Amino acid sequence: MKKWLNIKNNLAAPLFMVFLIAAWELITTTMAVPEYILPSPSVIAIALNENFSLLVEHSRITIVAVLGGAILAMTLALVLALAMDRWRILKQAFYPILVVSQSVPIFALAPLLLIWFGAGLLPKVLIVALVCFFPLAVNLVEGFSQVDPETIDLMHTMQADRWLIMRSVQLPSAMPYFFTGLKIAATYSVMGAIIGEWLAARAGLGIYMLRAMHSFRTSHLFAAIIVVVFLSLALFKLVEAIRWLAMPWQRKTTENLKE
Amino acid sequence: MNKQLKLKLEGISATYSTGEKILPVLDNVSLSVDTGEFVSVLGPSGSGKSTLLKIAAGLLKPERGKILVDGRNMTGLSRLVGYMPQQDLLFPWKTMRQNAALPLISAKLDKKETKARIEELLPVFGLQGFGEYYPDQLSGGMRQRGALMRTMLIESDLLLLDEPFAALDALTRQNLQEWLLKIWGHFRRSVLFITHSIDEAIYLSDRVYVITERPGKNAFEQIIDIPRPRSKSVTITPPFSHYKKLLLEALADNTAAGTK
Repeated sequence: MKKWLNIKNNLAAPLFMVFLIAAWELITTTMAVPEYILPSPSVIAIALNENFSLLVEHSRITIVAVLGGAILAMTLALVLALAMDRWRILKQAFYPILVVSQSVPIFALAPLLLIWFGAGLLPKVLIVALVCFFPLAVNLVEGFSQVDPETIDLMHTMQADRWLIMRSVQLPSAMPYFFTGLKIAATYSVMGAIIGEWLAARAGLGIYMLRAMHSFRTSHLFAAIIVVVFLSLALFKLVEAIRWLAMPWQRKTTENLKE
Repeated sequence: MNKQLKLKLEGISATYSTGEKILPVLDNVSLSVDTGEFVSVLGPSGSGKSTLLKIAAGLLKPERGKILVDGRNMTGLSRLVGYMPQQDLLFPWKTMRQNAALPLISAKLDKKETKARIEELLPVFGLQGFGEYYPDQLSGGMRQRGALMRTMLIESDLLLLDEPFAALDALTRQNLQEWLLKIWGHFRRSVLFITHSIDEAIYLSDRVYVITERPGKNAFEQIIDIPRPRSKSVTITPPFSHYKKLLLEALADNTAAGTK
């Protein structure tokens, strides 16, 4: 009985989606909505299918920028958060600036990066890194500040060196915070890359979207949106998978021996 | 066994500041532990026992007083010592094996040897077959044994244990006390043991110090002359009751004096 209820719950969202798509199809065809205003789902599906290899090619370019930017942001955030944890003066000096920097809209910064670095891969990577950096850095700083000082004391009684304390206490205890930040960053990252491509690029999903827009091929625009959604979801799942691999102690708790 | 002084605390005073208020925690406390001796500090909660142990471990600097280890002045100096805090502080992200191996890794013992030592000791600590488990998967008693194993693997012949059994149920507690004595017989280290349980103090110790309510002061010292090995049944013998009476009176006197 319970299982059946679970299945019903799991089916609720997809069923509703099917209903929405059906309604959309019905309205656009019966009311003869022009295709450049709102194409019907079937037209979008055809566009997606016909342009699939082209979309994959553009996606590849966008993905490179996303991964490059994310890795750059992770590295910088980790180094900066560790430094801020180590030297309190650095945290006092830098943390407020970090927060204020977030109120500068990325749309305003992106053109600057393009002026400085041209229309290649680099400005895109930097824009992605910028949007990913903040959630990562803030969460890591929080994670490091939550380390129990008693555990550090304990490590001192073993005469552990700084490196051992870092890898066996600080990094693992900040890990949940890191992954919280990374999940947020993953959802921002694709958006960052596309903004970069809108402003100036030679290829990528953003360019594909611009071209579709200029030629009023709205169905192609929708096809690109579907790909973007899919990419974002895939990235989110990827982060969850890495988290699962990186934190084995959090998955075994279902089986326990507590008396 | 030769009576050599392992640890000596001389006239330790400490305060604790909470914002603007400064509370005296320890007032002129002195005690000593001979090599191979099991010494307990008995006191009511809030008598600064944990602070005393942290000072003995070199994690806190006392306001006044001296700490001598093997006759050398070690006041406020961090050093290798078998310190076990009140919470087990096993790292949830490490398996029991990895947790226990930390002191050996810190001592830069090579991997093979580390593995062998852990393998050899898991059964001694009743953790055979549980090396790959994470602390969150195990019971309180097992976790305490794991934490004790980690403490024992610190290459120091001085153990500082802060109420290691306080959080356990009475039955588990009794079993672990008996087991600790066995382990202690096996490793023969000098122990300074913090507790608020009279029975625990008598059952385990060669000597018991009673300290008063905050600020903690020396109140009473009692040698426990019960032959070892001690089985659980010594707790119902006349000498045990005799010591219990003495310690109860000492505690009662001093907590009453403290509230005056």
